Amino acid sequence: MNFWQYLSSRHEQLLTDAYQHASAVFQCMVVATVIGVLIGVVTYRSDWAGNLATTTTSAILTIPSLAMIGLLIPIVGLGVPPTVIALTLYGLLPIVRNSIVGLRGVDPSLVDAARGIGMSRAARLLRVELPLAWPPILTGIRIATQMLMGIAAIAAYASGPGLGNEIFRGISSLGSKNALNQVLAGTVGIIILALLFDAGYVLLGRLTIPRGIRA
Amino acid sequence: MPETARTAGGAAPAGGAAGAGDTAAKSTTGATIELENLTKRYPGSRDAAVDSVNMEIKAGELVVFVGPSGCGKSTTLKMINRLIEPSGGRIRIGGEDVTDMDPVKLRRKVGYAIQSSGLFPHMTVAQNIALVPRMVGWPKARTTARVEEMLDLVGLDPGEFQGRYPRQLSGGQQQRVGVARALAADPPVLLMDEPFGAVDPITRDHLQDELIRLQHELHKTIVFVTHDFDEAIKLGDRIAVLREHSHIAQFDTPEAILTNPADDFVSGFVGAGAALKRLNLSRVRDVEIRDYPTVTVDDPLQEIFGKLRSSGTNEILLLDKRRRPYKWLRRGDLMRAKGSLARAGTLVHDTVTRDGTLRDALEAVLTDNSGRVPVTGRRGEYTGVVDMETLMNSVHELLEADRLEAMEHQHELREARAHQTQFEQEGVDGGEAKA
Repeated sequence: MNFWQYLSSRHEQLLTDAYQHASAVFQCMVVATVIGVLIGVVTYRSDWAGNLATTTTSAILTIPSLAMIGLLIPIVGLGVPPTVIALTLYGLLPIVRNSIVGLRGVDPSLVDAARGIGMSRAARLLRVELPLAWPPILTGIRIATQMLMGIAAIAAYASGPGLGNEIFRGISSLGSKNALNQVLAGTVGIIILALLFDAGYVLLGRLTIPRGIRA
Repeated sequence: MPETARTAGGAAPAGGAAGAGDTAAKSTTGATIELENLTKRYPGSRDAAVDSVNMEIKAGELVVFVGPSGCGKSTTLKMINRLIEPSGGRIRIGGEDVTDMDPVKLRRKVGYAIQSSGLFPHMTVAQNIALVPRMVGWPKARTTARVEEMLDLVGLDPGEFQGRYPRQLSGGQQQRVGVARALAADPPVLLMDEPFGAVDPITRDHLQDELIRLQHELHKTIVFVTHDFDEAIKLGDRIAVLREHSHIAQFDTPEAILTNPADDFVSGFVGAGAALKRLNLSRVRDVEIRDYPTVTVDDPLQEIFGKLRSSGTNEILLLDKRRRPYKWLRRGDLMRAKGSLARAGTLVHDTVTRDGTLRDALEAVLTDNSGRVPVTGRRGEYTGVVDMETLMNSVHELLEADRLEAMEHQHELREARAHQTQFEQEGVDGGEAKA
């Protein structure tokens, strides 16, 4: 059975896995974005808090993903919960860091102008600082998504959803006739998903970054 | 009260459509600003950055704070809209004490324009200008009309510029939009923090002229910060020369500061050429404009010869058909040109209007062979001449008058200060007696 025959015979299973993979990454990204930007907003104005947030999130990133999931299983059990928690934690770093960098990078004279014309703290943040910091934040989200695509494959170890199952099945049956096809299908599927997501972000950037600050 | 506000809101767009002249009459004019012992002390530093500033700015006045960098002029300005919270003292705008009011509300009533315009790059020109009107809750139609009106006011075509982003504008245009934004909600007071510091000298000159014109129409109370003394002279009704800790070295009219600087610090800041700078402050209409023998190109040659002979001057002024200065005719010129007016004489290459500055007039007099310059009216028609002698005499008189006035003023100040010191000492004594 060659690769194409394998794909056509298993396409239903593969599509389901791909869908679950994408959906898991997407949902975790939404949660990570909300939490990450929030952390950024809360900490960017103080030196030590910003640095603490960046250091903490990068410390999380140094934990091997397999170990992280292994550590989570005894606490939250198998399946979806450890996957979601791990992915969200890994997604935080690029978002937190880029939020802080982006918000700190807003020209202070513009913040001064915003205060000077009578914008409240919230209006300043929502209408001036966040829109201006949005391009770097979006870049952070893009990087985080690419990363999570790969990391999500490890989730299969904890019986999580996604294309990782395909890869793990292949690895565990190395030597059998479909082993290589399974690993290949899982990997290629993840690459395709990553590219699709990236295209989505380019489109999102076109739609959400105002013309006045688009590079 | 909300009822009246709504009526006013409904009336404004109609005014906007009726034309700028109309709205200028309707718009809010300036309010007084009083600073009383205004002080800013930063934690950890022994000396106050701004030390007890007392100042009264009249409604509709343009006051310029000028001083070396780091003298606290910007800090003082920013305390007026409380971008920097004062550590002591009071601020009153239009008689109302604003020292403790909600700063966000205060700032919506005080226009604020800064260096390099401070426009938000992610918003269009129209969105930038509409910010304050939207925040104070103007209805949409009124805001839209106001945006167009403001662009008109600062000399930008609304149709062309509304939809542009700041980066698609030149520095001068950005600055204009910055001023438009600051004035959009019709605040009585406008604070300008070195607004023209980042544009090239030619654009700066234009913007200054525009500001003078605007102020002529709007009569806002404007506080303007700069480190450029020439800019201060050009714009200010009164100038406050500040030294370290925002101590007021002199607060007076440009004329008085130029002719009678209060101390070495001020005269150092005024710099060389005070008398020349003084010429910028007076207009041609302030000096004697003399009559001068003239003829027009339509006059018969005989008459022209007659005038030349009888005038008692070396030359006469030839006017063209619309009575505009055309040529200087000397006695021998007509002979040499064989009686042809087209070839005789030398062209008049410079004229001044009654609104021109004496400096312009001096420039023209110095470059003209005849040592005088024709003064023209609104349509370029001849109204008289100014010559070297008139200029010198007038300038001497002006300087003398300035000096007297300034000395008188200083005398008054000194008396007032002596009185205050005495009062304070008595106050302290009283306090100690009680303790």
